[in-house]
Amino acid sequence: MTLLAVERIKLFSTRSPYWCSALALILGVGLTAIIAGTTENGQMSIGLTQFGSSQLALAVVLVMSALAVTTEYRFSTIRATFLAVPNRISALVAKTVVVAFIAGVLGEIIAFGSWALAKVMSPTSDLAINTGAEWRHVAGVGLLFGIGAILAMAVGILVRQTAGAVAILLVWNMLLEGLIGIIPKVGVKIQAWLPFQNANHFLALGGADAAEQPGAGIDFKLSQWGSLAYFAGIAVALLVVALIVAKRRDA
Amino acid sequence: MIEAVRLRKHYGRTKAVDDLSFTVRPGRVTGFLGPNGAGKSTTMRMILGLDTPTAGDVKIDGRHYAELKQPLRKVGALLDAKWVHPNRSARSHLKWMAVSNKIPVSRVAEVLEIVGLTEVAHKNAGGFSLGMSQRLGIAGALLGDPEVLLFDEPVNGLDPEGILWIRQFMHRLADEGRTVFVSSHLLSEMAQTAQDLIVIGKGQLISQTTTEQFIADATQDHVRVRSPHAVKLREILAADATVTEDAVDGALVVHGIPAPQIGEIAAENQIVLHELSPQRGSLEDAFMQLTKESVEYHAH
Repeated sequence: MTLLAVERIKLFSTRSPYWCSALALILGVGLTAIIAGTTENGQMSIGLTQFGSSQLALAVVLVMSALAVTTEYRFSTIRATFLAVPNRISALVAKTVVVAFIAGVLGEIIAFGSWALAKVMSPTSDLAINTGAEWRHVAGVGLLFGIGAILAMAVGILVRQTAGAVAILLVWNMLLEGLIGIIPKVGVKIQAWLPFQNANHFLALGGADAAEQPGAGIDFKLSQWGSLAYFAGIAVALLVVALIVAKRRDA
Repeated sequence: MIEAVRLRKHYGRTKAVDDLSFTVRPGRVTGFLGPNGAGKSTTMRMILGLDTPTAGDVKIDGRHYAELKQPLRKVGALLDAKWVHPNRSARSHLKWMAVSNKIPVSRVAEVLEIVGLTEVAHKNAGGFSLGMSQRLGIAGALLGDPEVLLFDEPVNGLDPEGILWIRQFMHRLADEGRTVFVSSHLLSEMAQTAQDLIVIGKGQLISQTTTEQFIADATQDHVRVRSPHAVKLREILAADATVTEDAVDGALVVHGIPAPQIGEIAAENQIVLHELSPQRGSLEDAFMQLTKESVEYHAH
C-alpha cells in the first residue's frame, strides 16, 4: 500500500497525466460528437458511440502510460526510486497498478461520456444499453485501457526512451496490426492472434453494423472474453519480461 | 561503516573499477579522491545497489544496500543533483521519498529548513540553479536521518559560500558519529574537508590513509636558505643533509634539517643569513605525481 501511495504522489505531482487525460477525453468524446453530429437523428447506434474511446483515446492512454515510465528514465528519477525502494520489481509493479487503475477509470469516463453525449445529440436513436453485449461494448472500454496501460508500461520499461516507446506503441496499435491483414490468405489468420485485434474483438457488438466494427472479417478462434484474457495475458507476459530485464540491468 | 572487498566493474574490456578494497569508518569524513574517470561514481553506484559489481562485494554495516528494509533511514546519498523531475516541486519530490520509507511527512519541512530551501519548496525543481539543486539533493540525503552519507562531487558548480557551507556541514555530520563518504577530483578541496582519504586511479586503489599522513608522504618539507657565505654554509650543512642549489636565484635548498636548527648552525659559525624559509611541496603537485600514471585522458 505504501508503494501505491508513493506512485500516486509521483504521478499527480507532475502535469503530464492531467494533460494526457484531458487530451484522451477530448479526442474520445469529440470523435463521438462528430459522428453523432453527422449521423441522421435516429440512426445513431451504440456501436457507433465507442470509436473515439476504443481507438483514438486508447492511443493517447498508451502514450500516457509509457510516459509514466520513460520520463523516470529520462530524468533519472528511476535511480532515486530504486534508492528509496531497492526492490525494483515491487516499485515497478506498484507503478503499473496505479497507472493501469487510472487508465481504467479514465476509460469508463470516456466510454460513458461518449455514450451520454450521443444520447443527448441524437435523442430519437435507440441508445439504451440493454443486452450483455451492449454493456460489454461500453463498460469494457475501461478494461481495455487498463490492460493497454500495462502493455505500454512494459514497452516503456524495456525501451526506456520516450520517442522509441511511443513510436513502437503507436505503429503497433494503429498501423502494424491492421496492415498485416493486407497479406493475402494468411494475413487474417495472423490477425486472429494479434493483441490489439483481440482487444477489438472483445468489444465487438455484432448485429447490423458488424461489418463496420474494428476487427471485422477476422476469424477469431477465441470467445470474446477469451480474447480479452488473451490480450491481458500478452500484456502481463511482456511486463514480466520487462521486470526481469529491469531487475538485472544497471540502473 | 562501508566495506568494499575486491570490487570490480568491467564494461566490455574497460575496467572501470578493478580489484578495489577499502573501508570507510564512522565518525569521520572520508574523502574519495581520484582524477575524472577513475571509477568514483561507479563505485558509489555499486555501494548503493544501482549497478551490480562484475565481481567482489560491498556492504554497509555488513549488509548489501538491497537488503536494507527502509534504506533511506540507514543511508543518505547525493549522487547527482539532477535526479529530480523538473516539473515536480521540491516539496513533492521529498514527500514521495519520505512516504516510500515511512518517514513522517513533517520531516520534509525540517530538511528543507536545514538546507535553506523553505521559501522555494513549492517551486518546480527544474527552475533551480545548480547550487539549489545540490541543496535539494542534500535535503533528500538527510531525509531519513541516516547513519551513513554518500556525496558524489557535492561542491561541483557551487560558489565559495556554498562550498564552505557543505564543508562545515559534513564535519558536523561526522562529529555526530555518522559515516560520511565524499568524492572529489580536487585534492585541495579534500585536504580541507576529509580526515581520511581513499585515493584511486583507473579503478585501482592508490592509497588509503589519513589526510595528514597522505599530505606528509606526498609533499616533502625543505628549507630555502640565502647567505652571502653560501659556499661555507653549504659545506657545513652537507655533512647532515642533502643540499642543492635553486637554479633561479642560487639559494640553497636543504632537505633533512629543519629551519630553526639551520639558524643555530649558522649562528655558531657566525654566518649571516639573508633568508631562512621553510617550504612545503604543493598538494596538487603531489597528487599529480601520484596519479599521473592513472589519468585516463591527458592533454598534450
